[in-house]
Parts: sequence; C-alpha cells; structure tokens
Amino acid sequence: MLKKQSLFQISKRDALPLPKALAIRGGILLLALIFCGLITTILTGQNPINVYGTILSGAFGTSRRIGVTARNVAVLLGLSLAVTPAFKMRFWNIGAEGQTLIGCLATTACMILLGNKLSTPLLILVSLAASLVAGAIWGFLPAFFKAKWNTNETLFTLMMNYIAMQLASYFIIIWEVPKGAGKIGVINQSSQAGWLPVVGNEYLLPILIVALMTGFMYIYLQYSKHGYEIAVVGESQRTASYAGIKVDRVIIRTMVLSGALCAMMGFIMTSGIDHTLTTTIVDGRGFTAVMVSWMSKFNPFIMIAASLLLVTMDRGASEVSSSLGLNHSFADILTGIILFFIIATEFFITYKVTLRKSSKKEA
Amino acid sequence: MENITKRFGSKVIANKNVSLELYEGEILSLLGENGSGKTTLMNMLSGIYFPDEGQIYIHDKPVTISSPKDAFDLGIGMIHQHFKLVDLFTATENIILGLEGKLDLNNARKKVKDICEKYGFDIDPDMKIYDMSVSQKQTVEIVKVLYRGADILILDEPTAVLTPQETDKLFAVMRNMKADGKSLIIITHKLHEVLEVSDRVAVLRKGEYIGDVMTADANQQSLTDMMVGHSVTLNINRPDPVNVTPRLKVEGLTVFDELGVKRLDNVSFTVNAGEVLGVAGIAGSGQRELLESIAGLYPIKSGSVTYIEPESGVEKNLVGMDPMDIRKSGVAMSFVPEDRLGMGLVGSMGMTGNMMLRSWRKGKGVFLNRKDPEALAQRIWQELEVVTPSTSFPVRRMSGGNVQKVLVGREIAQQPSVLMTAYAVRGLDINTSYTIYNLLTEQKMKGVAVVYVGEDLDVLLELCDRIVVLCGGQVSGIVDARSTDKRAVGALMTRVEGGKVDA
Repeated sequence: MLKKQSLFQISKRDALPLPKALAIRGGILLLALIFCGLITTILTGQNPINVYGTILSGAFGTSRRIGVTARNVAVLLGLSLAVTPAFKMRFWNIGAEGQTLIGCLATTACMILLGNKLSTPLLILVSLAASLVAGAIWGFLPAFFKAKWNTNETLFTLMMNYIAMQLASYFIIIWEVPKGAGKIGVINQSSQAGWLPVVGNEYLLPILIVALMTGFMYIYLQYSKHGYEIAVVGESQRTASYAGIKVDRVIIRTMVLSGALCAMMGFIMTSGIDHTLTTTIVDGRGFTAVMVSWMSKFNPFIMIAASLLLVTMDRGASEVSSSLGLNHSFADILTGIILFFIIATEFFITYKVTLRKSSKKEA
Repeated sequence: MENITKRFGSKVIANKNVSLELYEGEILSLLGENGSGKTTLMNMLSGIYFPDEGQIYIHDKPVTISSPKDAFDLGIGMIHQHFKLVDLFTATENIILGLEGKLDLNNARKKVKDICEKYGFDIDPDMKIYDMSVSQKQTVEIVKVLYRGADILILDEPTAVLTPQETDKLFAVMRNMKADGKSLIIITHKLHEVLEVSDRVAVLRKGEYIGDVMTADANQQSLTDMMVGHSVTLNINRPDPVNVTPRLKVEGLTVFDELGVKRLDNVSFTVNAGEVLGVAGIAGSGQRELLESIAGLYPIKSGSVTYIEPESGVEKNLVGMDPMDIRKSGVAMSFVPEDRLGMGLVGSMGMTGNMMLRSWRKGKGVFLNRKDPEALAQRIWQELEVVTPSTSFPVRRMSGGNVQKVLVGREIAQQPSVLMTAYAVRGLDINTSYTIYNLLTEQKMKGVAVVYVGEDLDVLLELCDRIVVLCGGQVSGIVDARSTDKRAVGALMTRVEGGKVDA
C-alpha cells in the first residue's frame, strides 16, 4: 500500500560557512533583480535595464542627489539604530514614529518660543535637551507600564504614536504661519535662529552625527554591561532574573534610551534638515526603521547597507515616475519584491530543501 | 522493521540500518542512552516521522506508514511522554475524540468499561481529565489506543512520572495485555524495570542496533555494558559526611503562585554543610518553588530562610532578597535550575557569554570583562570534556549533556557554600550522569551544603545522605537515605494530606 508523501523534505542545516552564505545571499539578490525585471516588462513594457538605470540616476545622478540620498540614508539609519536596543531586548516598540515626531515637536516649540530670546548655540542646546526629554518620556511610559503591569507594549507604543500625531496637529494650528494656512512653514527663516550650523555642505552634519551613533551603538551593544543585560533580557527574562539582572530597570532604561535617540533624530530633522514641523515629517520612517533593524539582525554595520538599499529605491522611485511616466508606486512594488527575496533568503540559509527520493524504491 | 535509516540534516543520523523484530504477545524493552534514537525509531512506527530508507513489515506484509492515522489503521498505537488530552472533557470523550462516524457516547462508555475490566484498568469513564492524577491520565491514553483496536502498543518512558506503586500497577496491566496477545514496546531508562517487566531487550547505541537479549539472560551490569559499549561501574561513591554543621535553615516556608494556589505549605528543614540533601516528590509537588524561593526568585508569603555563615556562625535572613542582593550580602549560593536553557543559560550565547551570567557585573566601568569568563570557559571545556567546536558556539545547539556540563561547571566554579540542583541528570546519558554525581560528591566533601532535587529514587537513595520528601507542597517526611528504602519513600511521596504528621 503506497501512499503519497510530501515531495520536499525540509531539514535544518548546520551552520553554513560564510562564503557559501554570502554566495546564497548574492545569488538571491540577483534573482530578485531579474524577477523584478520580468515584472517590469510584463506590467509596463519598459526595458528593465532602463528602469534600474533611472532608479540609480535618480539616487546618485548628480552630486546634489548623492548628498540628499546620503542624508536620507543617515536619517533612516539613525532611526534604525535608535530602535535596535529595544528590539534586541524583544520589546516590541513600534512607537519610533511617535518618539521621533515628539522630538520634532519639542524642537519646534523651543525654536518658536525662544527663537528671539536665546543665542543660537544656546537655543540648539535647549532644543536638543527638550527633544531628548520628550522622547525619553515617550519611551518611558510604555516601558513603565510593561514593567509594572505587563501591559502590551505593541499596542501601547502604537497609541503613543497617535498621541504624538494629534499633539503635533494641535500645535501646528496654534503656531500656523500665516494664520489660516494650516501649516507652520520654515521656522525662523530670516534669523535662522536654532538652525543647526552647516558643516562643509548642508548634508554633512547629520551624516557625521549618525556615523558616530553607529560606532557608539555597536560598542554599546557588544561591549558594555548594559548591552549584555539587554541581550540576556531579550533571550529570557527568567535567565536575567536568575543572573541578578533587574529586569524592570533594564526595560525602562533601554526604552528611555531608545525613545531619546529617536527624538534626537527628530531634533536633527527639524533643526538641521527641514526647519519645520508637519504631521508627516517622519514619513513612516519610524516603521521602516524597525524592518531595517530586524533585517540586519541588529548589526549596526549591516544596517548601513539595508538603509542604503531602501533609500536608493525610494529616491529612484520619484525619478522613475517623472522621467519614465510610471506611477510612483511602481518602485515600491519593486522594493517590496526585493525585500521579500531578501527575507526569504534566511529560510534557505537556515534550512536545506531536498527532493524526496521516489518512494517506489522502498516498496 | 528492516534497515531503517532516518537522518536529520546531513550530519545527524538518528537511526542507521536498524532492524527490529517484535513478536505477538511479548513485551520488548527498547534500551539506549539519550540520543541513541529510541524515540525516533518509534515515531517512525507510529507515523510521525517517515524513514529515509528501509521497510516496515507487519505480519510479513510490507507497509507504508506516512501518518499517525495509517499507524492506527495498522493497529499501532503510541503512548507519548506528554499526554495529549483535553482537560475539560471526560475520559470517554477524550477517548473517542477524533474518531469518525456517529457520536454515540453511551455505547462508547460501555466499550471503555469493557476494556477497563478486561485488562484491569482503574478509571471512571465519566471523570473529567482535570480531576485525574498523572497515572490516571496515562491510563486514559492507553485505553484510548486500545479502543482504537491497537495490537501493537508503544509506551515512551511511561514510568518517568509514576511512583513505585503506580508503576507496579502499570506493569500488571501490561502483563494482562500481553496475555491477550498484544505486543508491547516499552522505552525506559530504568534498568530494574526492564528486568522486571519485559521478555526481551533490544539495545540501541548511537542510532545503531546493537542486539537483543532475552531478559532472563540479562542483568543490570550486562545491559549497561551493551548500552554504553564498554563496562562502567554502577555504584555511586558515597563517603560519610564529615564536619556536618547547619548551613541553611528553612522554617515554615509558605508560597503562593500567581493564581493564588498554595505551592509550598509550611515547609521546614535544615540543609547541612558537608552533606547531600535529597528532595524527592512526584513532579510538581513544590520542588521548583522551593529552590526558587531559597534563591530569591519566588515571592515568599511567610516563613523564613536563614543562612548561617560558615566561619562566624552569623545568621542572615534571606527572605525578600533577589539573587543579586543575596550575592552582594556575601552568600555564595549556586543554583542549577531545572530549566537549563530557559533560566540557567542563554541559549544563543556561547560558553563565554554564559560564564558572564555570573560575572557580568564585576569590575568597574561600563564595559564587560571578557577575559576571565573566557578563561573559565576554556577551563570547563577541558576539564569536563564538553563537546563543542568553540567557546563561542551557541549552547542551544549543544547536546543536553554538554549543556548541563556547562551549567554545572559554571555553578561549581563560583566556589559555592550552598549548591542547589534541580533534576541535574534529567535527560543525560549514564556517563555524564556519573560525572555529575561525582562532582556533587566532591563538593560535599569540600564542605558545601548540596541540595539535590531528583526523580530517580534509586539515585536519590544512593547519592544523598538525607532525603526530604515533598507531597503536595508539604514535607511528608525527612528520612535517612542509608536506612530507608524505595517503598518507604514512595509511600511518603503519595501520602494524602489528611494524615498529617509533622516532620
């Protein structure tokens, strides 16, 4: 009595040697690009090489474009670094969006209210401090409730996003310029009070700050006692208590750090890049950062590559829509496909799939 | 079964060319160390795994078993270590659960009663599962398999959760089934049970079939030698304790769990330095709660835990302290918890990272000291012969025995004055178990107060000096391990609450 059995057999691999793992990753990425090309031709009739070329030129075509791309990579990378400690602790913080926005709001408040009272260097320090405090509060609240009453941090941080969003809308109306415009516009445009100074060119300063942050985060997670505590709590809270780690304290401390760093990125956005506040200033990057962090397995250096890929595709998308007459969403489709392939790669690195030998032999 | 091979991944071969015969009306014991492939082999018989090579015959006919349902259709039933019952249903409801055809509870109940009478099972078909003891639940599982018409029954370590008295009952039932022409395979680690109940013994070693012997021609020593592949001494060395002084006093300890259920009820005993104190009891009698409350990991409702310093004799109250407070106050307490990877170790880290669990706080400044933990990891790696490619290889991917060596090695390296272990040899093979017993005895001779929570009464009686017996969160007796026997301890383990005699 022969019966059908599953055709594929899935088994766990031993650890793959690094070159082979890299080869698999590279191969899959290539496959993703080819697949995207096929989709492009089928859906739009465009030459895929053309589309890729346009994407690249959109991201890196001129020195200005390179500057903007690099700065956007820095912002996304900074947010990814900020959310990493919490996720490494397995604290499902999806509130980076709100933590960043509240940082923008705190900075805006300082710039508008203290704009002509303090000198710019002092004002920058005050804005930075205010944004750090605001972000820390946004991180502290869900962590405190989690530690004390075991509330669900995912819901909590999500709600905090809406609170930040509504607060921002409220103050935008209060501070709107001109009255009735419903937006703030560029703050202190003439005096440039509270604007971050331009270092070299207008793109360099955020990049430098985030570069420092990358190094800091790597060392913090790998070599500090705090980093070790975070890793243990993330693995098992019971093990952490057993080892004498004060779990509640670590959760709160780490979320305060995470929230404050997000808010610092918000400070950079408002004070150093956009010089304004809108409800969409963060533009979903607080969520994208979560993906970057996980995709890079919490390694700050891999996050650089992941941010670069996402920002390139995003920047290229605008170019594709204008010069090839394709919808802006088309590049998003391609990004989605590429990410899907990258994430699926992990499966093939962890498991081996073999065809089952024909069962006839066994009869 | 002929030439059965099962691989997991490319390197792990769980079973290699195993051929096994089972006759009608016999009880076959399947014996082997942990990881020798017993359970894998049986899972292929019951349709959970599918063999990569080889063929299974039943009554000389080749069969293909690709799902548990196929196995049932062929009359093969397996009783797993972990029961798969719905708590809110009655015995009968559980037994007919998942069967096709019309639901006829009355008829089913009658049939269940018939089966019970035929083989001497002692369960009430209308009793709910949540009201049942572990052995009754096991009985339901067995009846379930019989109800479905199984001729071949596989029991995977059925006695691990039973008291000696319950085990006797189970064996009696097994003999009844054998007399009825059923074939039974029993997987067990306990050699005396093998000798007691089975007709024939088949031995597996590292996935390969070593051979079989008639039980009548075997004894404990010969079976062990077959299992391990070379001769081993089966006696645990138990030197008499010297300089016994009280080290830890537990008085009137009462704790409740999160749901408000009383887990420990007025527990009192003393742990002496230079002695191994055993803790016996049926699974879930409060052993875990007891150790965790002493270690500062479980909230204590009332009672006291007092530590008596070795030199000065100063008494310290440990209630209300967490593990870090206890360590800071100068009490060197080591604890090998039951849940090795969920509490004692960090699975994703290597040996070095796990050594740091005890030392991460040491040193000034914000950075970790990796040097000393690395040195300690290297030392344990060599001295305890841990099998791992490097000190950074995740401990989760090591085998159970090696994981335990890492954990016990680390705890002993803290130079404890109190060493608590929970199920220190659970799941370990004979060689590693003896390594652990020797390490514990070594500590005892160094004047450490050792607490050994165990499940194998034979080992408890051979290793420990005194044994505290827990029953339903209460101390039902404290006995001298040298002068008591298994029956006596077994009786204390099941003593009902009514007969209260203060220990």
